Amino acid sequence: MAENQLNQKPVESSGLMSWIDARFPATETFEYHMSKYYAPKNVNWLYLFGWLATFVLVNQLITGIWLTMNYVPSGDAAFASVEYIMRDVEFGWLIRYLHSTGASAFFLVVFLHMFRALAYGSYRGPRELVWLIGMAIFAVLMIEGFFGYLLPWGNMSYWGAQVIVSLVGAVPVVGPDLMEWVRGDFLMSDVALNRFFALHVVALPIVLLGLVFVHFVSLHHVGSNNPDGIEIKKNKDENGVPLDGIPFFPYIVVHDVDATVRFLFVFCLVVFFAPEMGGYFIEKPNFEVANPLKTPDHIAPVWYFTPYYAMLRAATFPLFGMDAKFWGLVTMGAAVIIPAALPWLDRSPVKSMRYKGWPSRIALGALCVSFIVLGWLGLQPATKTYTMLAQLFTLLYFAYFVLMPWYTRVEQTKPEPERVT
Amino acid sequence: MSTGDAVHDAPTGDSSNSDGTSRRYFLIQATSVVGAAGAVGAAWPFVSYWSPSEKAKALGAPVKIDVSKLAPGEMLSPIVAWRGKPVFVVRRDAETLASLETNTEMLADPDSAVAEQQPDFAVNAWRSERKEYGIFLGICTHLGCSPKYLVTDNFVETGQGGFFCPCHGSRFDMAGRVVKGVPAPSNMEVPPYRFESDTVVVIG
Repeated sequence: MAENQLNQKPVESSGLMSWIDARFPATETFEYHMSKYYAPKNVNWLYLFGWLATFVLVNQLITGIWLTMNYVPSGDAAFASVEYIMRDVEFGWLIRYLHSTGASAFFLVVFLHMFRALAYGSYRGPRELVWLIGMAIFAVLMIEGFFGYLLPWGNMSYWGAQVIVSLVGAVPVVGPDLMEWVRGDFLMSDVALNRFFALHVVALPIVLLGLVFVHFVSLHHVGSNNPDGIEIKKNKDENGVPLDGIPFFPYIVVHDVDATVRFLFVFCLVVFFAPEMGGYFIEKPNFEVANPLKTPDHIAPVWYFTPYYAMLRAATFPLFGMDAKFWGLVTMGAAVIIPAALPWLDRSPVKSMRYKGWPSRIALGALCVSFIVLGWLGLQPATKTYTMLAQLFTLLYFAYFVLMPWYTRVEQTKPEPERVT
Repeated sequence: MSTGDAVHDAPTGDSSNSDGTSRRYFLIQATSVVGAAGAVGAAWPFVSYWSPSEKAKALGAPVKIDVSKLAPGEMLSPIVAWRGKPVFVVRRDAETLASLETNTEMLADPDSAVAEQQPDFAVNAWRSERKEYGIFLGICTHLGCSPKYLVTDNFVETGQGGFFCPCHGSRFDMAGRVVKGVPAPSNMEVPPYRFESDTVVVIG
């Protein structure tokens, strides 16, 4: 597009399209982002999750808008309005299950999308901003998920929100006042419900869409990475087209459509046959209305928060004059934020795991194992053994990041190929 | 992604097919048709979601009206609502009923020719199941105001009482039939109803 802007090279179009193109860069935009955007020809199935995340986002937007048509954000009516949607509204159960299953699916595909970036070094230059914007999307997504979980106003919604909002109280000095400000009341009440609703359905979706847009724009500016972690723009033909690139439209689009159908098979199986997923997607105490006087016997967040929740609980001792609660908050916050530093932590001469050495591979494996184990631990009651395990795997999780400058520099790497394989 | 397979699979000898284009068109069209069917199927729940819910349907259930205390010439008061709409129940005396059959020259649709304005049983001069009792939705067919019952303020032309809409001056006779030359396009709607007994009528 840079060339187009500089030379005013006219795009080819006729009829109605040429009328539009004279007033709006329709064909130019389509070519820049679709038919003349060249994706590496060796991208594999791990590259489908970016598209699937977009697809699930659209699902969340549409089903979410439909749910607001009958949902009532008030302490007295919220729970009943969700039951009303489930029982009395035409296909209300389907729209709600699409939304609640969509939330879990969103995190699943985003985790796999992020794993892909870790495996093939997609966070490395020149894609640092793509990565940072992606991290911002992930953070907003977590907040969006947390706010959304309060809205059914079930007892788990209520006490989950109570626990997370109480974390704010761990901030030194202003904590208790800050907590009151967030809740707008002396306890979780429908004041908090109303503001969470406003943020969940209006503010954060706008932020999310804006971030996703710039995620795409920056990605299409630098071009997609690939499993070999080499730049296809280094080898171009006489027209400036990367030799190892294929047009995004129609080739990658067709792949993505195929992936969408496969994804929908699994997604619909869950929506129709296991929407609660045994209490992991919709927790059992949430079928009871919020009760400020009775905490459920066992509190656990939804599965996609449990790795971070386990790290929060792993901080059990005071340090440097600050109490354990504070360090739990710091640990959890650091766990979410630290991947943002990856572009500068990775000192390897190669990007892809295909050409990195064994230390990098073992480190990534250890990260994945610790993330999954922490996710499981976050669902369990905090016994002594489990807490020790959580501490161990929290260290392992952080080791991947903190030790990366060292192990990526000392390890033996293989030479990158000149062209994609 | 490559066209190689299509070339090899294409039947030889057919020139239009030798490069695989007709096969490709068939696949694209078949995929598009199946995709469109899927899109319609996926849209179905979202469209249905806007239909009246079970709660709305329950609130729109039939209502029972006791007409035992209604004297000739009177309209039932207070006005009952069916699906939130006012229902006018009037008891007409013999004189009015006779006039309904004869005084028709001033009416736009004296024979109730517009089928959707009444159930089949009400296609008659008095537009009701039982001659005496006229039952109408009290909504003007012009722009939806609720007409006034003006039994004392008889139409000069016919000597009947009737309904007068205060919004834009539409007039209807004692069978809810619209008078010529007023804004309302059709007769007042007759809701579906049945007499459960001589005094109890079920609307809806």
